[in-house]
Amino acid sequence: MPRSGLTGTRIRERRTMIGRRQSDLARSVGISPSYLNLIEHNRRRIAGKLLNAIARELETEPSMLAEGAESALLEALREAADAEPDTDAELDRIDEFVGRFPGFAGLNAELWRKNQALQRAVEALSDRLAHDPFLSTSLHDVLSTVTAIRSTASILAETPDIDPEWRGRFHRNMAEDSARLADSADALARYLDDEASAELSASTPQEELDAWLGAVGYHMPDLERALPPAPEDIVDRAPQLQSRSAKALALQWLTRYRKDAEHMPLSVFREEARKAAYDPSALASRFGMDLGAVFRRLAALPASSPAETIGLVSCDGSGTLTFRKPLDGFTLPRFSAACALWPLYQALTRPMTPVRSVVEMAGPGAQRFLSYAVCQPSQPAGFDGPTILEASMLLVPAGLAGAEEGGVAVPVGTSCRICPRQSCAARREPSILSEMV
Amino acid sequence: MAKRVMLIEDEPSIIEAIRFILSRDGWDVTAHSDGSTAADVVALAQPDVLILDAMLPGRSGFEILRDLRGRSETSGLPVLMLTAKGQGKDRALAEHYGASRFMTKPFSNSEMLETVKVLADGA
Repeated sequence: MPRSGLTGTRIRERRTMIGRRQSDLARSVGISPSYLNLIEHNRRRIAGKLLNAIARELETEPSMLAEGAESALLEALREAADAEPDTDAELDRIDEFVGRFPGFAGLNAELWRKNQALQRAVEALSDRLAHDPFLSTSLHDVLSTVTAIRSTASILAETPDIDPEWRGRFHRNMAEDSARLADSADALARYLDDEASAELSASTPQEELDAWLGAVGYHMPDLERALPPAPEDIVDRAPQLQSRSAKALALQWLTRYRKDAEHMPLSVFREEARKAAYDPSALASRFGMDLGAVFRRLAALPASSPAETIGLVSCDGSGTLTFRKPLDGFTLPRFSAACALWPLYQALTRPMTPVRSVVEMAGPGAQRFLSYAVCQPSQPAGFDGPTILEASMLLVPAGLAGAEEGGVAVPVGTSCRICPRQSCAARREPSILSEMV
Repeated sequence: MAKRVMLIEDEPSIIEAIRFILSRDGWDVTAHSDGSTAADVVALAQPDVLILDAMLPGRSGFEILRDLRGRSETSGLPVLMLTAKGQGKDRALAEHYGASRFMTKPFSNSEMLETVKVLADGA
């Protein structure tokens, strides 16, 4: 069955395909035909027990009917509408738009993403021109050399009776300075050429890294081998990594990945993870590793389906997201600040205290995930240096972890601006959405 | 007795050119190239005018200027700050830390000579 449109549209398509009448299906699952009609036209949300019952009646899996990729599409459209409030986009009919015109909706979202990427590129270039230490140093170097040449040339031109010894010294200085100026100008031109093209093709180094990791599925088979290739060779072969900063970030990631793989070999780790129901605490004990390393290793497991994908988010002491491995149903913000209720931030305030909780993402489907979070301090500069904090949050789909889907869950969102939980106590700014959960 | 000017600059060709220009006009010129020791050297030498480059190895010219303004023996010293053209923030920093004058590179010899004279005369 093709996965087009939203949940309601899929239900209608599936029901029609197997020849069930709407009234018959409604009666089977204990709802009125008019309510089912609203569901099928995406006017009412559906999840949990009712979705399971309908899927059972339609002889299919709930996941085949539930929303997945559309969540990201809806978030992108909401972000676009928020950024252009004067257009009066019909946000209350956004589900209908995505359901009836998925192609145009996708086009809109893609154009919005490209527009955002271009804006980021412009900001990055402006920032580079204003603050880049290489540019600043190079400019000063070039201007100092020009100053030396200009002063020396003026002396020679304006002092016809100059002492021969001084004349010889100034001539030598000018020859050396002009050669140095040529080298400096050449290096500067090459630097600007390389960096400008790299920055324009992808907005930020972090996004280049995200694009590359997304393309390789956050898993590196080459680094699982006993004799892996050099990380530099892997980076050089990655077309998404253009800027020097992105390559440096990728090298850091690969080095860490290899170290984790050495301590937790894939074949053993995968089996142990399955047996432990993906509990990082049990795996940390089993392999004698810290929780952060186990989180990374779990997130690097190859997944055969979206339902098996394990997500991972990391942030530094300022709360800035430094690593994002997304997963279906848990949309991660690209640019804005994340939801303050994420257990990630709870862990950040309590270093070395693990936090385990079930979280429920706001929005259609209201999927649940088992989250594990921990914040680990380090002293890379020794006892006298600053304490550096890194917090990580592992997101395991509730079904994969074997966790009970019922019970109390922490209500979370993606980011305040596009979160429908209007009455959230942690809200820092108004949402553009109406209450939907 | 010749007036004394001290030049804190790490570019040898600029040092030679400025030394030639000012010496020919009767100035006693000394130069120093290490930013990290510059403030102590200036405080010890007590020149009549200081020419200070903004970007130096070891310590920036702005930090040196701030240090000098905090010492009683150099708090009123006339300082000509050399910054690079196009670096607007450098000019703002020079003013903030109390430079008497600033000049952007590249500058002309006559402009340099005239500015040093003005500073020495206390204008």
